[in-house]
Amino acid sequence: MTKLFEVPLYPYRPCEDLVADTPVRHPVVIVGAGPVGLALAIDLGLSGIPVVVLDENDKVSVGSRAICFSKRSLEIFDRLGCGDEMVAKGVVWNVGKVFSGNRKVYEFNLLPEAGHKRPAFINLQQYYCELYLVERIRALQAEGKPIEIRGRNRVANLVRSDDHTLVTVETPDGAYNLQADWLIACDGAGSPTRHMLDLDFVGRVFEDNFLIADVIMKADFPTERWFWFDPPFNRDQSALLHKQPDGVWRIDLQLGWDIDKEEEKKPENVLPRLKEMLGADVDFDLDWVSIYTFQCRRMEKFVHGRVIFAGDSAHQVSPFGARGANSGFQDADNLAWKLKLVLTGKARESLLQSYGYERELAADDNILNSSRSTDFITPKSEISRIFRDAVLDLSEHHAFARQLVNSGRLSVPQTYDGSPLNGPDVPELPDRTRPGSPLVDAPFRNGWLLDRLGSEFHLVGLGCEVPETLEVCGLHLRGHCLAAPEIGPELRSRYLGSAQQAVYLIRPDQHVAARWTAFDPAAIENAFTSMIVREEHLQ
Amino acid sequence: MTLATREAKLERPDDFYADLLAAHDGLCKAESDAFNARLILLMANQIADRETLKALLSEARKR
Repeated sequence: MTKLFEVPLYPYRPCEDLVADTPVRHPVVIVGAGPVGLALAIDLGLSGIPVVVLDENDKVSVGSRAICFSKRSLEIFDRLGCGDEMVAKGVVWNVGKVFSGNRKVYEFNLLPEAGHKRPAFINLQQYYCELYLVERIRALQAEGKPIEIRGRNRVANLVRSDDHTLVTVETPDGAYNLQADWLIACDGAGSPTRHMLDLDFVGRVFEDNFLIADVIMKADFPTERWFWFDPPFNRDQSALLHKQPDGVWRIDLQLGWDIDKEEEKKPENVLPRLKEMLGADVDFDLDWVSIYTFQCRRMEKFVHGRVIFAGDSAHQVSPFGARGANSGFQDADNLAWKLKLVLTGKARESLLQSYGYERELAADDNILNSSRSTDFITPKSEISRIFRDAVLDLSEHHAFARQLVNSGRLSVPQTYDGSPLNGPDVPELPDRTRPGSPLVDAPFRNGWLLDRLGSEFHLVGLGCEVPETLEVCGLHLRGHCLAAPEIGPELRSRYLGSAQQAVYLIRPDQHVAARWTAFDPAAIENAFTSMIVREEHLQ
Repeated sequence: MTLATREAKLERPDDFYADLLAAHDGLCKAESDAFNARLILLMANQIADRETLKALLSEARKR
């Protein structure tokens, strides 16, 4: 069988820039056709912003990489037009179980609340995610959207100027130069862009090794995330079992620090471990084995003049918590609309500083959570091991101890508290939808709230009239009114609380910008002016 | 908030101290360490208040 990651998905073709007399200028050049770069390309292309994606390869990612895609990522895919494909292929899960030895100590439901279109998580091999993103780009290209993916176009050199970057690109037909108004580096944790610009990437290395094995089996395990501390089949270490599509199961086994990686990877050493874990009578084939170590670190700044970093190139976390790719999509989501406003002259360039503020805040939160999980899973000292084991011992009978068990705090979207973009708030309205928050989904008329709002600015009047369209600072706002009888219980509890009416201003990335208790055009104009137009508020 | 950590509040202090030592009877060092860790966690949950816990941690560091 030919594997998906063996087929060129965006094969090399000579581009016109190769034979141009002078370097061709492009508004946006994205380095890296991984999930984050592709999502950003779709978002910009949908808005009619011409975008070129450069990738040194021409295929999807090889092997077992990101597998857990969060509800927020699915909502972003919905807005980009490929959420259904992901969910149709993916394995839906909401429940996680934690074992200590053979004993179940803890069970959690990530989405205990009804009234959301998408589940808490799906599991999907990263190569499927990339495939559906590329297919979406192909469909948009057919509609004439200005997106171009250039396979086997490797960025070899960068020269930065105040208003553009000169990029030297190597191809099978030789090298060429192009100019990028904005260069977006989505080229992964080892980011060549970051190295070429000699930028920092500091943080903490965790001294541990994990074996990833993808096995194909027809086994009767439930569709849940199972995590073991100190299981009989991997004494003194941890283990994780996760189901993926196509009967593939992802197994993570903690190995410790002082090991011989090459030796541990050999099938004759891997297979007995897996047999012990899965049971002697379970038939399985080994699809993929690799060993990884990890680090938690980030760039000090994500915005460097006209070069901007997104995804793993800007920040790296441990895999516990699925905070890598999922935070990368949130980066793309945050960046796309700001870049579009700046490129179309609707906003000052300084708006992009808010991308740095908001996503650096998110990276800190992801690193904090991921480091704490790692410290629980891999205790760093004798005393931390003693406390970890005490928590596990108490967890069977004590609810408070179950709250302390940390096998990964799973990715949730960042609330941009303190962001310079946040407008006025009304303290009586529910805390979870305060300015800076990601929208919380809810049934809305015959569909879903999140399907109705996004990619543009929206104004939502709950129990109060707002105009259908409004023009503020050269931007169009789309208004939605819901009269009291139309407001369901979920929408009421998430957006009104005890209030009778509210007006929400929603950003194109589906975050709340500001909210009021009545429609006041002057207040909305003020919020916009301080969010988009004013220069000094970002300094 | 300030902690009244130096104020004597224990009921029947000698009895408590004897109970604490007796609870470790027959335990080896590793078992005693594990016992202490469980006890600290249980007491922390009983105290619950974050500011009080922070003040206690800081007080214990002082010796």
